Amino acid sequence: MSLRSPLSQARGLGSAKDGVGHWWAQRLTALALVPLSLWFVFSVAHYRVADYGTMLAWLHNPYVAVALVLYFIALFYHSALGVQVVVEDYVANEAAKLTLLVLAKFFHFALAAASVFAVLKIAFGAY
Amino acid sequence: MSAKSSAERAAARPLSPFMLGQYYRFQISSLLSITHRITGVGLALGTLFLAAWLMSAATGPAAYQRFAACARSPIGLILLLGWSWSLLYHLCNGVRHLVWDAGYAFEKKNVDAGGWAVVIGSVVLTAAVWLTAYI
Repeated sequence: MSLRSPLSQARGLGSAKDGVGHWWAQRLTALALVPLSLWFVFSVAHYRVADYGTMLAWLHNPYVAVALVLYFIALFYHSALGVQVVVEDYVANEAAKLTLLVLAKFFHFALAAASVFAVLKIAFGAY
Repeated sequence: MSAKSSAERAAARPLSPFMLGQYYRFQISSLLSITHRITGVGLALGTLFLAAWLMSAATGPAAYQRFAACARSPIGLILLLGWSWSLLYHLCNGVRHLVWDAGYAFEKKNVDAGGWAVVIGSVVLTAAVWLTAYI
């Protein structure tokens, strides 16, 4: 016999009200990040991106620009989810926890927007 | 009997001790687990450096030269070495976690072997990235 109501069982969202959505999103982004991260670090190491002209030429390749945008979406999503879990686990004070969770969300959204915009600006720009 | 109340004794008892320290015998999995979190937080902070790099490129050649000079300074190179190893470690150990999520390799022998594979794999991959950059 279950003490849970039929409606809560049908919804399957548990006491946290969001079910396993967070867990699944972290795993799916992790899966995407395996090839994207390897491609990213070896590309940055291979193309001498310390040189401005080489960097612009690299970002002007449409396949590179699309891969970078995909990488940043998965990366910042994954990072936001991970930092959220770390804050929830180690920050006991409710006010500090809420403040850090909000700041972490703003941090990730702001940097994701900046990273994607910077790539698109160069990719769409004259060359 | 001591005069301590049951509440005091309950408060003094370690309820859920941290995985590293005097309460548990050392094992590689707990060290790799906390390293996974530490590298994750470090990488999250490192996205600031990533975004600054791209924004400097979008701003113009002068801003990019300034950023490249910072990145190539001794401190910049140490940070990049730390972030590159952290990323590759977090990636390797993340694959180990995905294997567990799929329900495999839970035997103690496989858990330990996987842990050492992650340590060696992350160092080899980091060396490969830096050799790619400088050869």
